[in-house]
Amino acid sequence: MMEKMIFGRFLPGDSPVHKLDPRSKLIFVFAFIIIVFLANNTVTYAMLLAFTLLIVLVSRIRLYFLINGLKPVLFLMAFTFLLHIFMTKEGVPVFESKFITIYDEGIRRGIFISIRFLVLVFMTSILTLTTSPISITDGIEVLLNPLKAIKVPVHELALMMSISLRFIPTLMDETDKIMKAQMARGSDLSSGPIKDRIKAVVPLLVPLFVSAFKRAEDLATAMEVRGYRGGEGRTRYRRLKWDMGDTFAIVLLVAIGVLLFFYRS
Amino acid sequence: MDIKLQQVSYAYAQGTPFEKRALFDVDFDIPSHTYQAIIGHTGSGKSTILQHFNALLRPTSGEVHIGDRLIVAGKKAKDLKAVRQKVGIVFQFPEHQLFEETVLKDIMFGPMNFGISEEEAEARARELVSLVGLPDNVLDKSPFDLSGGQMRRVAIAGVLAMDPEVIVLDEPTAGLDPRGQKEIMDMFYQLHQERHLTTILVTHSMEDAARYADNIVIMHEGKNVLNGSPRVIFKDVATLKEFRLEPPRIVRFQQKIEHMMGHSLSKVCLTEEELATEIAQALREERAES
Ligand SMILES: Nc1ncnc2c1ncn2[C@@H]1O[C@H](COP(=O)(O)OP(=O)(O)OP(=O)(O)O)[C@@H](O)[C@H]1O
Ligand SMILES: [Mg+2]
Repeated sequence: MMEKMIFGRFLPGDSPVHKLDPRSKLIFVFAFIIIVFLANNTVTYAMLLAFTLLIVLVSRIRLYFLINGLKPVLFLMAFTFLLHIFMTKEGVPVFESKFITIYDEGIRRGIFISIRFLVLVFMTSILTLTTSPISITDGIEVLLNPLKAIKVPVHELALMMSISLRFIPTLMDETDKIMKAQMARGSDLSSGPIKDRIKAVVPLLVPLFVSAFKRAEDLATAMEVRGYRGGEGRTRYRRLKWDMGDTFAIVLLVAIGVLLFFYRS
Repeated sequence: MDIKLQQVSYAYAQGTPFEKRALFDVDFDIPSHTYQAIIGHTGSGKSTILQHFNALLRPTSGEVHIGDRLIVAGKKAKDLKAVRQKVGIVFQFPEHQLFEETVLKDIMFGPMNFGISEEEAEARARELVSLVGLPDNVLDKSPFDLSGGQMRRVAIAGVLAMDPEVIVLDEPTAGLDPRGQKEIMDMFYQLHQERHLTTILVTHSMEDAARYADNIVIMHEGKNVLNGSPRVIFKDVATLKEFRLEPPRIVRFQQKIEHMMGHSLSKVCLTEEELATEIAQALREERAES
């Protein structure tokens, strides 16, 4: 049941994108999200799309995974697409009836906004698909390090994040197990009136919380007995290494940013 | 209620790149009132099979007959409540399924889901706590205040309270103290006989399989590779080794004795009592010969 979830999963591999330092990938994706908003005409959107597809190719990720990542936002995408089509009142009418008139400008904007969604989802999916959760957390911790100066508990936040990431699959397995156990006892989550279904959530949630708290307690104890006492003076086992490829990625991004800026109208 | 598996295959996460095939053409029958043991190395697919016995999983190909219900690949089965009531499953570490405020309510949860009246469910719960070896006063306690072993017993009572015809046990005694293990296994065996149940036991304990089962199926890498009575299965030590299993201690001990005596006993013994009788018999024969 839960095993069909694909979004946010890491696919080990050895493409050039996989080999990049998580810091460069994080900076890249973050900056890309901003750059996307520079595009405002056909040329710039085409450039964005081509650039994204190029990255997809280099990352050697099967399209299947990217399309799957699109599923959660598909509704939003369709909704904004239609909104633009029906609400835009500029350009030449291409379709007219008693109720609505559709203009070519509306279609254009609808397509643009869809491309914007597509490239954003693809790029962020590529980040999570090619970078292990642990290295993402490491990257974030290092990048946010300057914030320590203003007393942001960066290390603790990163630790919290990596622990939650570590336990997501465990919790999903557990949910599946408990769900089956309760179904075997006649509880029914998937049919019947809404009221009954909501009631059927309790036998699922209570054991889940109990075990999550127990796990948290065990983990805390295990960390303490092994001498964990916060991030102060703690060295790293996994070293991050910035090399040529990372610099190249950033240069590439700056280049596309400049191009977009140059060609936007 | 007979259970028949015909060419059952199952793959987790089917249709995604994470697809993991767990069962390959599994094929065997469990006639009514049999005590069936399923043994196999870890990861051999035992727990996956169990979930087919009450349609929690639907085969990706093949057929499962549960009494007169037929579960086939590709067709969504409706109204599985009747099946789930008749086939009770005690999962691995069932104590994780407890959730109610009191032990009593938790035991009543199953039967009430199947439309049993509150009075009847409560009566069953009161009867079952003592059967699973708990004092009456636990009924009003929170299940989370009990020890692990006690929680296990409550969870078992919760499944028994559904009054199933077939009871499926997935390593029910894993992690219990030796005495508790024997108590629980004996309790299941007694129920099996008194209530004419069909019992399906998944276990890593060859001793339990030898002692209680009428029939044993051995699973190996998602296939059922051997099927037979304990005496037949445990005789062939070489084949067992192939499937990374060892015969029960008692059988190994018998082999040592046979080695010392220089000839075999008349049958493979499954319990200590049996072996003692056999040895006595052999000694008597030896004396008669000399
Ligand atoms: N939810 C799941 N998703 C994907 N694969 C699974 C899942 N559950 C089990 N498997 C895989 O299916 C195979 C059979 O698992 P199963 O749990 O049936 O083994 P088992 O014989 O019960 O083992 P054990 O003795 O350790 O309980 C294993 O290879 C396991 O990795
Ligand atoms: Mg198992």
